[in-house]
Amino acid sequence: MTHPERQLFTVTVYSENCVGLLNQVSVIFTRRCLNIEDVTASASSVSDIHKLTLTTWADRPTMEKVVRQIEKRVDVIRAFLYTDDDIVYQEIALYKVPTARLLETGDVEDIVRHHGARILEMTPEYTVFEKTGHPWETEALLDSLRSYDIRQFVRSGRVAVTKSPVEYVDLFLEQQEQRRRRIIDGLEC
Amino acid sequence: MSQSISGAEALVRSLLEEGVDTVFGYPGGAILAVYDRLYDYSDKLRHILVRHEQGAIHAAQGYARVSGRTGVVIVTSGPGAANVITGLSDAMMDSTPLVVITGQVGEQYLGSDAFQETDVVGITQPITKWSHQVRRPEDVPAAVARAFYIAASGRPGPVVLDIAKDAQTGLLDWNYEPVRFIRSYNPAPALDRLAIARAADLINAAERPMILAGQGVTLADASDPLIRLAEKAQIPVGCTLLGLSALPSAHPLMKGMLGMHGNIGVNVNTNRADVIIAVGMRFDDRVTGNTDAYAPQAKIIHIDIDPSEFNKTVPADVAVNADAAEALKALLPLVSEAAHDSWIASFDRHNAVEEQTVKDAELHRQSQRRMTMGEVIDRVSSATADKAVAVTDVGQNQMMSARYFRFSEPRSFISSGGLGTMGFGLPAAIGAKIAAPQRTVCLFCGDGGFQMTIQELGTIMQYNVGVKMILLNNNFLGNVRQWQNLFFRQRFSQTPMLNPDFIAVAAAYGIAGENVTSREQLDDAFARMLADDKPYLLNVDIDETDMVFPMTPVGKAVDFIMLDKDTVYDPNN
Repeated sequence: MTHPERQLFTVTVYSENCVGLLNQVSVIFTRRCLNIEDVTASASSVSDIHKLTLTTWADRPTMEKVVRQIEKRVDVIRAFLYTDDDIVYQEIALYKVPTARLLETGDVEDIVRHHGARILEMTPEYTVFEKTGHPWETEALLDSLRSYDIRQFVRSGRVAVTKSPVEYVDLFLEQQEQRRRRIIDGLEC
Repeated sequence: MSQSISGAEALVRSLLEEGVDTVFGYPGGAILAVYDRLYDYSDKLRHILVRHEQGAIHAAQGYARVSGRTGVVIVTSGPGAANVITGLSDAMMDSTPLVVITGQVGEQYLGSDAFQETDVVGITQPITKWSHQVRRPEDVPAAVARAFYIAASGRPGPVVLDIAKDAQTGLLDWNYEPVRFIRSYNPAPALDRLAIARAADLINAAERPMILAGQGVTLADASDPLIRLAEKAQIPVGCTLLGLSALPSAHPLMKGMLGMHGNIGVNVNTNRADVIIAVGMRFDDRVTGNTDAYAPQAKIIHIDIDPSEFNKTVPADVAVNADAAEALKALLPLVSEAAHDSWIASFDRHNAVEEQTVKDAELHRQSQRRMTMGEVIDRVSSATADKAVAVTDVGQNQMMSARYFRFSEPRSFISSGGLGTMGFGLPAAIGAKIAAPQRTVCLFCGDGGFQMTIQELGTIMQYNVGVKMILLNNNFLGNVRQWQNLFFRQRFSQTPMLNPDFIAVAAAYGIAGENVTSREQLDDAFARMLADDKPYLLNVDIDETDMVFPMTPVGKAVDFIMLDKDTVYDPNN
């Protein structure tokens, strides 16, 4: 059996906002020995509905099964599998650098302009840069700052929205609302 | 009109609201408030006190599988909860509806390594359909309602409610609303009429169609539409292990069990069929063998209530996400009457070889070797007019029961399929008998598995549960021995067992029984065993060298079938 090609996938999970949801999702990755590269948990556009965004390296057949197994969880509303082409995505990185080192070289303006970065805070001891972008962009700024004795670096998980004109979660919730009316309001049992 | 009651009282009332009349359990510190309430409800809610929590959950599984109702378990926190893990995992694999209530330490102690605290929700999430902690008394009724709805709807499964002490002792205003809808969950997907039409077209064009029937048929009460479909279009049927008894063994289109130790006809013809209709089954590796060489000629129609089963191990050409009964009833009018006489005859031709080789040897039609499991099981089946419930443990006793017991009605074969849990049999048989007191319940068990939950003889004693226990005793872990024999150069590492006097053990529990050492004793022993409705133990001396055949070794194609240690079946026969 040949092994299908591995690539970076983004999984988004819409769910009820309940304790232990992240555990329910993450154990499905653990079971198949899949490493979650990054994870973001946030509110979604629908009130009370939570959204997880996870990325992982895997092959497509595996990920299709993973997503169906995530969706099977009772508290999960819908789960989706994307490659980078399907989504608009972004992440944010912060960099803490000793101010003295920056002032020695006088390159601060070049760095900020070249990378489209921002300075969030500057004190006599340290300077904090912020850069939002794709991983290769935040990585590039990290490389540029390495020679300045960088002290701290952190990158957020991915946030992503789809390019699709159809909002499948809304569709599902509409269908469910119709079911609810049929069942609860007695139109059908 | 509402009134203030404790969470423990609300829990018991909620169980009654859900129609529960029997629970299996074991008390302990963190569930004492509930047990105190049970004391007042003993006329409405029968509590079966087991001897170990594992026994409680397997008994509840047996109860649920025979009755079709949700099994209920009540245990305490920490070790009590930890002891039901095997059963939860087993019920998850085998789609068994359970509600398991675990006590939990008080909210202020959560996370502090308090006495008998364990992270029940964290531990059980991967092996349950839903696992939820209740910390406030007012949440008890809604949590119970949700638990029962989730356990029994869609693809059934086990649910855990972890109820903190405060939620048991605190007060609430009693009100009960059953749950019939959850926003994030659709257990009854709308039937895809297009997929049904495509499936019907495939079936109508098929020359060599075959039905693979799994437990989903039984869970959906779909035996009748399944049989009608099979008869209308003359489609032979193979059953998975848990699909057994979905249609009667004697039905002319029932061609046997699928998989590793299944019957030759269905396994060989899986790889010759041009259309396979898989109903409520999940293409387990024990059914498929090597998936790369599985059903290469077949278009596969996969009917399942759980969409995560589609394309999991075997790709489907048409996937029908539906309840099996609903899908089969929709298919029936679209499927044309047909005849596939030579195709059907080919199953019988292969099975005839199995009769003359494997079964002839196992049933001792020619030889007079020591007793074998198949022979005993076949004769118990006859002695009970093929009407009993067969409960098995795991191993050779299980495969032989699946092969040699015969079934007349659904929900008659109870076995740990997916997880393969040794120790399942004895407590599951207790639950089965309690669920169906009017039926004869036969347990087929090995000496290894029997001793894994042998303490439940105490439960049988206390409640006089009339389980007929047939101990197929070869003083070996027989199935492991078989694999050591075939694949590990007869190095019988840690498989011989020095066993106690089982009849004396049973006698200590007040349970009658007898040793059977020769086949001439069998009929009289069966007569004594079946003479009344009391528990009985037959300790039958079995030839340890006997092996389960036919066998498709792991990794081989489904039509690579060993008839004995040295002979591979030629499917072109």
